Amino acid sequence: MKVTLRVWRQESKNTQGAFETHALDQVKPEMSFLEMLDVLNEQLIKAGKRAVEFESDCREGICGTCNMVINGQAHGPVRGATTCQLYLRSFQDGETITIEPFRAKAFPVIRDLVVDRTALDRIIMSGGYISVKTGPHADANANLVPKDLADRAMDAAACIGCGACVAACPNASASLFTSAKITQFSLLPQGQPERKSRVINMVNAMDKEMFGSCSNLGECEAACPKKISIQHIAIMKKEYLFAALSADYREGMGSSETAG
Amino acid sequence: MVRLTQLIRSSLGYKYLTGLSGLGLGLFVIAHLLGNLTLFQKEGTAFNAYAEKLQALGPVLILMELGIVAVVVLHIWSTVQVTLSKRAARPIGYEVTQSKGGPSKNTAGSRYMIVSGTILLAFLVLHIIQFRFGPGVAEGYVTQLGGDEVRDLHRLVKEVFADPKWVAIYTAVMIFLGFHLRHGYWSMFQSLGLMNPRWSGPIYFGAKALAVLLSLGFIAIPIYLYMVFGGLI
Repeated sequence: MKVTLRVWRQESKNTQGAFETHALDQVKPEMSFLEMLDVLNEQLIKAGKRAVEFESDCREGICGTCNMVINGQAHGPVRGATTCQLYLRSFQDGETITIEPFRAKAFPVIRDLVVDRTALDRIIMSGGYISVKTGPHADANANLVPKDLADRAMDAAACIGCGACVAACPNASASLFTSAKITQFSLLPQGQPERKSRVINMVNAMDKEMFGSCSNLGECEAACPKKISIQHIAIMKKEYLFAALSADYREGMGSSETAG
Repeated sequence: MVRLTQLIRSSLGYKYLTGLSGLGLGLFVIAHLLGNLTLFQKEGTAFNAYAEKLQALGPVLILMELGIVAVVVLHIWSTVQVTLSKRAARPIGYEVTQSKGGPSKNTAGSRYMIVSGTILLAFLVLHIIQFRFGPGVAEGYVTQLGGDEVRDLHRLVKEVFADPKWVAIYTAVMIFLGFHLRHGYWSMFQSLGLMNPRWSGPIYFGAKALAVLLSLGFIAIPIYLYMVFGGLI
């Protein structure tokens, strides 16, 4: 099959970018989207041009690095899949496909389709951890966890931190990511010691990175390759309110400066 | 405790304020429609009696009105903050955007709440000038009610909606109200952290049903008045 690609090309963070059009005549429906980009890059390299930079690692939908917006949708048209799990059979023969980097103030473009997502790492650093005992490892199942809570925590923990929620959100909000990282711990007994400081510190970190505010549009849930529900955002809002109004909470609690 | 200013100025703080003020305004809209249902009594005595009861509250009514104005101002402030943060969070937009459907609630109605809200605000000002500060007893809009002389607000409403232009304007604005409430009512639960897997279905459906009912209820009034007093029915 044949496709025409309109790919965003940008030399570096501080240079102007533009779309570049390339035609691919010899691609197959069973090729993954990334394999198609590999074909494009070979074509470019043979012609002595610079290859299109994009991130990829596992190519099995669990690392969360193959991020791009395809025809206006983060990770392309298939729900519950990352770009590496997207196949050309999802496109028409002869189709023009527009490929853009994730767009957000907090995700500056490094080159072409590669963006800097360390803003998400800084949110995790502000509270995405639990206290553990050192020494000999504990017996399995020493902590009793109700099945329904374990299931809901696991749903949140499925987040691979790709940032598609931010890319798809018309407000560029990181609420789905941040809430999943909060609720995966707050629902479990192991997450209780830092429960209040975690939600305050992570929400503050999210705001500091200049992500937008949530407007409950739910586009993040639709775009999430792990289908994480916006119900986790509701839990985050409840947790934040309770923690912020709680008499036990003191400012600076649980932050990396005081934890050491 | 976190300082209240920090709570309010966080990205979630705006949502709590939007949800709480939205709750106040959403309840007001329901009460307003219930009161206005008295307009379906042709003689207008029920409506005038209702208006007179409110008027008789005196300073309490003024306080209630100022309260509503304060809630409106709060709602505008918090939603403008959200809109501004959105602009700042994505300075360079996409060439192509396309909703992924499925569980997404990303529609024109939900995305352009700020537009429907602005239309509603302009309408609110017009509506208050037209009726609250419209012609009253001094201008001869007087009727007898239980032996007392009171403002004939029913006559004013009747006269306004004798003009098809006003019927059309009110109908159009109430359609925007419906779309605003459709996203607003369920968002209130989400923003205040009250959504959960068990109740999300009923809450989402209830919001839609309430928005449609309120919108149609408000649209029915001017059309009814136009038809009855224009001699069409």
